Amino acid sequence: MNSKIKAPAIKFGNNIDTDVILPGKYLILVDPCELAKHALESLDTEFVKKAQKGVILVGGKNFGCGSSREQAPLALKYSGVKCVVAESFARIFFRNAINIGLPVIECKGISAAVETGDELAVDFEAGKVENVSNGKKFQVEKLPPFILEIVADCGLIKNLRRKMKK
Amino acid sequence: MNITEKILAKAAGKKAVHPGEIVDANVDVVMIHDLTGPLAVEAFKRIGVQKVWNNKKIVLILDHQVPAESVKAAELHKIMRQFAKDQNLQIYDVGKGGICHQVMPEKGHVTPGAVIVGADSHTCTYGAFGAFATGIGSTEAAAVMATGKIWFKVPPTIKVNVKGNFQKYVTPKDLILYVIGKMGVDGAIYKAAEFTGPTIKKMSIAGRMTLCNMAVEMGAKNGIIEPDETTRKFLETRVKALPDFDALKSDKDAAYESTVEFDVSKMEPQVACPSSVDNVKPISEVGNVTIEQAFIGSCTNGRLEDLRLAAEVMKGKRVKDGVRALVIPASQEVWKQADQEGLLQIFIDAGAIVCGSACGPCLGGHIGLLAAGESCVSTSNRNFIGRMGSTQASVYLASPATVAASAITGKLTDPTKLEKKP
Repeated sequence: MNSKIKAPAIKFGNNIDTDVILPGKYLILVDPCELAKHALESLDTEFVKKAQKGVILVGGKNFGCGSSREQAPLALKYSGVKCVVAESFARIFFRNAINIGLPVIECKGISAAVETGDELAVDFEAGKVENVSNGKKFQVEKLPPFILEIVADCGLIKNLRRKMKK
Repeated sequence: MNITEKILAKAAGKKAVHPGEIVDANVDVVMIHDLTGPLAVEAFKRIGVQKVWNNKKIVLILDHQVPAESVKAAELHKIMRQFAKDQNLQIYDVGKGGICHQVMPEKGHVTPGAVIVGADSHTCTYGAFGAFATGIGSTEAAAVMATGKIWFKVPPTIKVNVKGNFQKYVTPKDLILYVIGKMGVDGAIYKAAEFTGPTIKKMSIAGRMTLCNMAVEMGAKNGIIEPDETTRKFLETRVKALPDFDALKSDKDAAYESTVEFDVSKMEPQVACPSSVDNVKPISEVGNVTIEQAFIGSCTNGRLEDLRLAAEVMKGKRVKDGVRALVIPASQEVWKQADQEGLLQIFIDAGAIVCGSACGPCLGGHIGLLAAGESCVSTSNRNFIGRMGSTQASVYLASPATVAASAITGKLTDPTKLEKKP
């Protein structure tokens, strides 16, 4: 996976929980494309339409709090979300996103520096986030190499397969 | 080191660990259920290994969409049963178990000092027994089923020190709601919450489970309580060999990121109002809230002790017209005991419906969903928008006593006030 991502931002607030990302009633759906149709519909019925060309989600504190449902990051990924940048993440969501190959970056101060529609550029490996529209730049703490490897492998399964072959 | 650090150090084969350090831990038990399990099974197959790492350490539980409410759910259950059969794994099927977090300790899968991961966020419940237990996703559960290992960042620990005796009808649920109200839903994010103090020492296993269960609602990686004689009494008939509890005590000089103190002696019943678990108010400040549904159950509050309390409040009274009251014992074992004690009779006589052990309306997937504009007072753990059905419905979280009292009056009611009325 290319560690550099550029896309317009869609911004949400604090504590975006997994029930609003993907309500429990859809957890019986298996196909990720079916899940994606319902991503964030509780907050914005137009979200899926807006996301389909590729977007970077910007969140506040505690993004992805709540359930361990991996269907939440899966729904985002398949709806067109290329990366989530947030002030902080709920830990299970953070791990799940990495494990299914959805890059996530914790970036303090991002909420105040971005509005929906701004063009964002993210370099995952270098730990850089830039709002191209207003020139604001952030250097974030880089993730440990083994996590970057999982992202580069588009998720944990491919990463594990590669390691097990060695 | 504190108890969380001791468990992680041992699991990683190290003498000591420090907060922030990343460790590769050996896992003792991994649990998956019917909504997260099928994804895990599918991911496991993609890894390309034939056999799981250890078939005695993997537990499958059907509890969310049970009995299957749709063909889709039935198909998911079928995947789980087939995987259990192929890999020779323990599975608690419909009628054989109940809610995963109740079944796991009841059936002896939880041991103090163990590292337990589950594809469910409320896996942290097992911290009540002095285990390090935390939720993971399906893909990671698949990886653990293949390798028996998982990475953890050793969390800094917040010590939650609690003293005082509860007033009548004020419960551990009220305490944890109060704590979350003070800490915030991200107040313990990435961290461990260790519950200590005289109130915790006196607390039952059921109450401890309620506390640890909701640790995740303030973002905690795990909630944990040192094992003691109460723990031993619950586990000794269920677990083959218990470890030395002394080795699981936090050292006197153990490091904590912070300590927060609570006194329950003057605490009144608490309510988490919509739509955030930290939107907590004492019931006297909630105002006049009419309800259409009252739910007593879930991995947070569906235990025998909870049902006893609710039955005590509801005995001889009738659920208010216009309110449906749902009672769901957390497991078959709890169901049977509640039946033997006559509790189910009390609920039925009061006009409540008693449903089979399962997660029920808690996550809005199966029975007891809410329509737009309706309100539910619930003993469960989350009140997010759309959690129990319609995105225009409201969920209030409270204790079994408060929910029972509210079912009788049709509005949010302080159980201590209900008793005084004739």
